[in-house]
Amino acid sequence: MKLLTGNELGSGAVTWWTGNGWSIHVEDAVDVGEGGESILHAEEGARRVNAPYIIDAIATPEGPRPAHIKDRVRALGPTVRPDLTLKPADPAAGDWII
Amino acid sequence: MVEFRYRDDEVTEQPSVTLDAFLDQSNASAVRLEPDDDARKLIPFLDRLTLIEVAFPKFRDGRGYSSARILREAGYTGELRAQGDVLVDQIAFMRRCGFDSFAPEGSLNPEAVERALSTYDQYYQKAADAAVPVWKLRHG
Amino acid sequence: MYKYDNYDQAIVDARVAEFRDQVNRRMAGEITEDQFKPLRLMNGLYLQLHAYMLRVAIPYGTLDSRQMRMLAHIARKYDRDYGHFTTRQNIQYNWIKLEECADLLEELASVEMHAIQTSGNCIRNISSDQYAGAAADEVTDPRPWAELLRQWSTFHPEFSYLPRKFKIAVIASPEDRAAMRLHDIGLELVRKDGELGARVFVGGGMGRTPMIAPEINPFVKADDLLSYIEACLRVYNRYGRRDNIYKARIKILVHEIGADEYRRQVAEEFAHVKTLGIDPPLAELERISAFFAAPAFDAADVEPDRSDPDFAVWLDQNVKPHKQAGYAIVNISLKPIGGIPGDASSAQIDVMADLAEKYSFDELRVTHAQNIVLPHVAKRDLYAVWQALRDADLANANLDLISDIIACPGLDYCSLANARSIPIAQKIATRFADAERQRDVGELKLKISGCINACGHHHAGHIGILGVDKKGVENYQLTLGGSGAEDVSIGKITGPGFDEDGIVDAVEKAVEKYRELREGDERFVDTYRRVGMDPFKEAIYG
Ligand code: HEM
Ligand code: SF4
Repeated sequence: MKLLTGNELGSGAVTWWTGNGWSIHVEDAVDVGEGGESILHAEEGARRVNAPYIIDAIATPEGPRPAHIKDRVRALGPTVRPDLTLKPADPAAGDWII
Repeated sequence: MVEFRYRDDEVTEQPSVTLDAFLDQSNASAVRLEPDDDARKLIPFLDRLTLIEVAFPKFRDGRGYSSARILREAGYTGELRAQGDVLVDQIAFMRRCGFDSFAPEGSLNPEAVERALSTYDQYYQKAADAAVPVWKLRHG
Repeated sequence: MYKYDNYDQAIVDARVAEFRDQVNRRMAGEITEDQFKPLRLMNGLYLQLHAYMLRVAIPYGTLDSRQMRMLAHIARKYDRDYGHFTTRQNIQYNWIKLEECADLLEELASVEMHAIQTSGNCIRNISSDQYAGAAADEVTDPRPWAELLRQWSTFHPEFSYLPRKFKIAVIASPEDRAAMRLHDIGLELVRKDGELGARVFVGGGMGRTPMIAPEINPFVKADDLLSYIEACLRVYNRYGRRDNIYKARIKILVHEIGADEYRRQVAEEFAHVKTLGIDPPLAELERISAFFAAPAFDAADVEPDRSDPDFAVWLDQNVKPHKQAGYAIVNISLKPIGGIPGDASSAQIDVMADLAEKYSFDELRVTHAQNIVLPHVAKRDLYAVWQALRDADLANANLDLISDIIACPGLDYCSLANARSIPIAQKIATRFADAERQRDVGELKLKISGCINACGHHHAGHIGILGVDKKGVENYQLTLGGSGAEDVSIGKITGPGFDEDGIVDAVEKAVEKYRELREGDERFVDTYRRVGMDPFKEAIYG
């Protein structure tokens, strides 16, 4: 599957395209199939996202898993600071990245 | 199209020729320098030039800034024009290097240009403009 | 310490206003990200893996307590309660919001700080010796010269769109604590016939093609310095390569045309530039130097009481001799075992600020090894300083030992990374956690970069580690024999790379091999230089 991701213009937070908006949770991301480019241009033009790009991902029961480790780090947060990730209460969350 | 010009004299109507063409024969009074042209080759001819156009095909390519200073340092007083990928936030640097006219490819907001040119009142270093460097203000 | 006058302050304030305007234009959609990117980069604002990252300049690594407290305040108010001190003596914040950035810069400007030219293809923050003004071996304090260069390079109109970034370091001691010859320009201040001047080295650097800068001029007089450096830069701006980003640094130009030809071109340009009157009078250097006059040292020369064994260990490892009797240089290691090299919490930053105010004539330094220095501590106060550091988890007694690791942010933060650096540093430090073993191994500079850009100085590590991408999996190459000090050298790759656990084992094998082979008081790198790569290779791969 293909995901559309980028950062919020003002806050810089990592965001994922959910089909009708943006979410900071990769679990909410949807497959954009071949349609990613046109969403990307429209959303970037409207400044609802900054520096967007399309990535490969794998569908899993827990939700989409970005194919590249860099995007998994983006999705969760720094592996060396679990307290600053999106899942601070789950010390094993970092395993998902590696 | 020259959008911004900071001189009072007449605009040179003559089209500019390439450096090679100029050095070859020409008695042209307007020349165009590409980033990799050696500005110093023009030094013997400066008093008969009224326009030197310095091309900026990409704003990131800063060679034209050195070309401009070299020409001003050699005493050139004619029009020195920056042409091409010239952005608002570069114009102040360009003015300090001696450019006095601008022909940006994209059009620039005149107000933004005015603001960019008036952002700084003081400069640390001596350059090709008339600004007095801070060290000179400190020590007279 | 240097204090801004109205001119300096006006320039920094104007920069804040200009950046605010640029951010507003971006937020309003008047400019695209493509147009905004070079503007934000000129002011140290990157877009990294998780958010915007802001790099704040700490000119020549010197700060007072008010500035240090401001760094803590910024971490608290605009970031997530911590900052990362870098190999270029700056600090980076990892979670900055674009919409708050101008306010942040305005606060910084109120304590004479900024983010000017902390990225972009311009002349970057000038780095220097963290022991400046305190080292016994310096011919003069290098910082006034660095400040002179800072002012000259700030918004230099001709050199803001160079082929690539440009880094300058200034030192004034035969011992090089600033990796001077791995900079685009390295200056070593020297005295000749009683007169001060600079030895000029040009074309060093790390990255993909590490090079040691050759000497281009053995002595440039103080009142010629700016003209000479201007000439060095002009030759580079005109002839440095722009066709390939990996070949655009000045080291490639100097290498391709040769040091002799580069020297000739600079000499020719200098002869011209010198006629332009761009050098300030010596009175300007004197004006700046006055700010760096030695503080009022008055402590009696007493030896500290060593009866607390933990204190004694720290004293031997982290405290260095001062040029003034009765004083010492205190190194604060930001490398707790298992911690993140170079990171400090707001609370820790405040503690260090307080200690500087109380015990170090209000001065702090940031080192290129990502540590902090209190440059002027009276020996009678050392125990009190140590106790306060210990209470803030800052009394790690590991300066220059194997756990005093330099590590770049790597894949945990950096969008250019191939692999994570910090977890490797943590694992290695943990493996060598035994303090006696570390001290037995002695000076060992281990440096880790998460990609070939070499922000973690791995080429200059006695042991260097480079993260590479092996078909989407993190992999690590090992190098041995580098040095960023006066015995400067570039490390050599041992052989095939390793996975995360493999690299930790490989480092341990190399270290054990050294313990077996060393003679006398040889350091790791000395033994390596004497016996060569083969015994180590055998130990690692055999
Ligand atoms: C996280 C954002 C960072 C980015 C995007 C970044 C990017 C880069 C790049 C692209 C280079 C290679 C330049 C070249 O070879 O032409 C480089 C070199 C370097 N960076 Fe960084 N860097 C980052 C963080 C850091 C940090 C945290 C430090 C200090 C710990 C640092 C210190 C250096 C140093 C010392 C060099 C080597 C200079 C040389 O090539 O001679 N950088 N950086
Ligand atoms: S070395 Fe590479 S991974 Fe590390 S900070 Fe520099 S660019 Fe990022």
